[in-house]
Amino acid sequence: MWVFLLTEIMFFGGMFGGYTVYRNMYPEAFASTSRFMEVTLGGINTAVLITSSFTMALAVRSAQIGKKRALITLLICTLVLGIVFLGIKYVEYHEKWVDHHIPGPGFHYDDPRYAQQAQILFYLYFAMTGMHALHMIVGAGLIVTLIVMAARNRFSKGWYTPVEIIGLYWHFVDIVWIFLFPLLYLIGHHP
Amino acid sequence: MSTLYQQPAVGERPTYLNVDYGWKSWLFTTDHKRIALLYLFSITAFFAVGGSFAVMMRLNLVSPEGLLFNADTYNKLFTMHGIIMVFFFLVPSIPAVLGNFLIPIMIGARDLAFPRINLLSWYLYMIGGILAVTAVVQGGVDTGWTFYAPFSTTYSNTHVILTAVGVFVAGFSSILTGLNFIITIHKMRAPGMTWSRLPLFVWSHYATAIIQVLGTPVVAITLVLLGLERVFHAGIFDPADGGDPILFQHLFWFYSHPAVYIMILPGMGVISELVPCFSRKAIFGYSFVAYSSMAIAVVGFLVWGHHLFVSGQSLYLGTVFSFLSFVVAVPSAIKVFNWTATMYKGSITFETPMLYAFGFIGLFTIGGLTGLFLATMAVDVHLTDTYFVVAHFHYVMVGGMVMAYLGGIHFWFPKITGRMYPEGWAKFAALIVFVGFNLTFFPQFILGYLGAPRRYATYAPEFQVLNVMSSAGASILGIGYIIPLVYLTWAWMRGPKAPQNPWGAKGLEWEQSPTPPPTDNFEHQPIVTEDAYNYAGEEATLDR
Amino acid sequence: MMHPVVPVKTYVFVFLALITLTATTVAVSKIELGEYNFVAAMTIAVIKGSLVVWFFMHVNRSSSLTRLFVGAGFFWMAILIVFTLSDYISRGWLPGGTWWK
Repeated sequence: MWVFLLTEIMFFGGMFGGYTVYRNMYPEAFASTSRFMEVTLGGINTAVLITSSFTMALAVRSAQIGKKRALITLLICTLVLGIVFLGIKYVEYHEKWVDHHIPGPGFHYDDPRYAQQAQILFYLYFAMTGMHALHMIVGAGLIVTLIVMAARNRFSKGWYTPVEIIGLYWHFVDIVWIFLFPLLYLIGHHP
Repeated sequence: MSTLYQQPAVGERPTYLNVDYGWKSWLFTTDHKRIALLYLFSITAFFAVGGSFAVMMRLNLVSPEGLLFNADTYNKLFTMHGIIMVFFFLVPSIPAVLGNFLIPIMIGARDLAFPRINLLSWYLYMIGGILAVTAVVQGGVDTGWTFYAPFSTTYSNTHVILTAVGVFVAGFSSILTGLNFIITIHKMRAPGMTWSRLPLFVWSHYATAIIQVLGTPVVAITLVLLGLERVFHAGIFDPADGGDPILFQHLFWFYSHPAVYIMILPGMGVISELVPCFSRKAIFGYSFVAYSSMAIAVVGFLVWGHHLFVSGQSLYLGTVFSFLSFVVAVPSAIKVFNWTATMYKGSITFETPMLYAFGFIGLFTIGGLTGLFLATMAVDVHLTDTYFVVAHFHYVMVGGMVMAYLGGIHFWFPKITGRMYPEGWAKFAALIVFVGFNLTFFPQFILGYLGAPRRYATYAPEFQVLNVMSSAGASILGIGYIIPLVYLTWAWMRGPKAPQNPWGAKGLEWEQSPTPPPTDNFEHQPIVTEDAYNYAGEEATLDR
Repeated sequence: MMHPVVPVKTYVFVFLALITLTATTVAVSKIELGEYNFVAAMTIAVIKGSLVVWFFMHVNRSSSLTRLFVGAGFFWMAILIVFTLSDYISRGWLPGGTWWK
């Protein structure tokens, strides 16, 4: 699974690279967009995801000591938190839609000095958070699979590998968000 | 002492080929050997498709005004030739066919670590290939296989997204194969098979797998960004909207340069097997060859900017990339020296695989050295986007990789099929390929030096003689590829049965696995007690 | 995977550390530090990420080979970003290099 996660690091790395380059080129434009990022929602989402990593780590631990009920409960908590994250994301995307910040023909940015560059930022915003959300949806599906398997007594103290490796995947998705949050939400954020 | 497998005198024993004949047993197989054959057939088909585009291009270039096609069509031809050859032939070829077949056997395992993922890799490859061919049939793509923005994102009105999705899917096939190889080589070696006893074929595939895992995701995300940009036009690569086209080139070449090492390292692995066998001598400098494979994999990631020398990239960074490009040539040179040193005072015989190995060593050296011309920034200003570049990469890819592929196919043909191919025809075909290849591509070095640009459907009249020579060579080369197709197919069906070890080669696949292997590869769990390439001190026992 | 079981307390501490660091990074972002805002935010993010990798993903108990792979992954992404970024930064050192300023 770590070898697979290496590929994921490079996959997201490409987008981080693009972001870094454009932020270096257009620092003021990027800073101006931070007014439209809801830091509160982003911060809550970060906390949600961190908590879900916490419950996931506890779930792996429960599998290791053979506690089936705790395992299933914690997996369900992780799943619920993941869905909460996606829900908040949906609210944010809807805001962007209403504000005409989705790149494409409908895009409109109120500061004409930065309109072009802002569109690039929003494109990267949607690309990066969208790709992240896609990975979360896949992760949620995998957790459902784990819950079903656990309910059917497929895991034991001696063998719980799927829990461990899907745990790794979930933590990785969390780490991506840990970096996305400051880069997209906290740029030049002034009171 | 390793035990030699003795073929039974009577009865047909079960092999991976005859154990089941239904179509489901092939399409749903998890046997790495059958999957390797699935790849063999599909890769050959894609090679034919890509080759036919090359034929059309060279026919067009017989006349300075372009004999058959207008510029728009010609753009599509070279694009599709490149895309199919790079992504659907060169990148998978040796790893997916020979690597899949041989790696478990060479390390003494029964199969790869994840056999079902192996099958998934093949299906992804086929889906990607079908998408790409669909794009071709629908009218093609004309952006060049390099998909440069902003033409590809904004101005081209061909099937860019469909092709990009096809390549994206095939990329995942490559990633999963690489992942499979890494885990297999780490975890599934037989007792006694230490890292320092691994055949160099396995080392080179390990290095290749690392490149596949670390590099391919970047081209994947680049294609995603390209596709999204085509749909949403946010301007990420379009200067009219504040974007930078050079960023696309950085992201694209970050994968595509290591990709060429994905293509050549397995070929070098094949040569490392052929040369000791046909010199009856252990490889010279085993550790140097093994470590230089790893060095190529690592340093190969640090040189991509040499594709961007004239793009507007910073000249300071260009200097750094130029220096690193010289550095990356060193491990390849080490390998060439080691192969030559292996042959020195060896007992050399000239069977077909060895002919292809000789071809590889000579042509790859020429191709590699011309790469150094291109790595020199000042010279590159004159040579970039000319036929010199085209000749350089065809020397390493066709003169190198394809020759290694053919050499490997011939060498392991008896192991894979249990039959022998006709040696006379094979040598003849090798000669045709060699002559045809040089006639096709050597004139292109001269053309490039004289300034003839690449990717042009027409050219200045003074270049006609060289172009015609090149096209003539291409037709000879084409014949050289068709001949093996014919006799190998014939030999598989009606060729004489092969002995257990026709080459007297060392290695678990020859000494402990039957020819052809049973589904589980071995009759008994192999235990490795001696180093690889232990040719010294034994009679040359060619069992023909 | 025959590892000793990690006590719940460890996970709780890591969790609380992560939440605290999140709050910190939001608070720091509200203070005007110029260029150092970015440095601070990234430093905190790296610490948070490292905590997740080290404790939640059990790299603290993994073999050296696993650690090598983990390190290699992040190092490779660093290669991509550093080299590419240095192009944009060093283009300004020659006249006419940057068209976006």
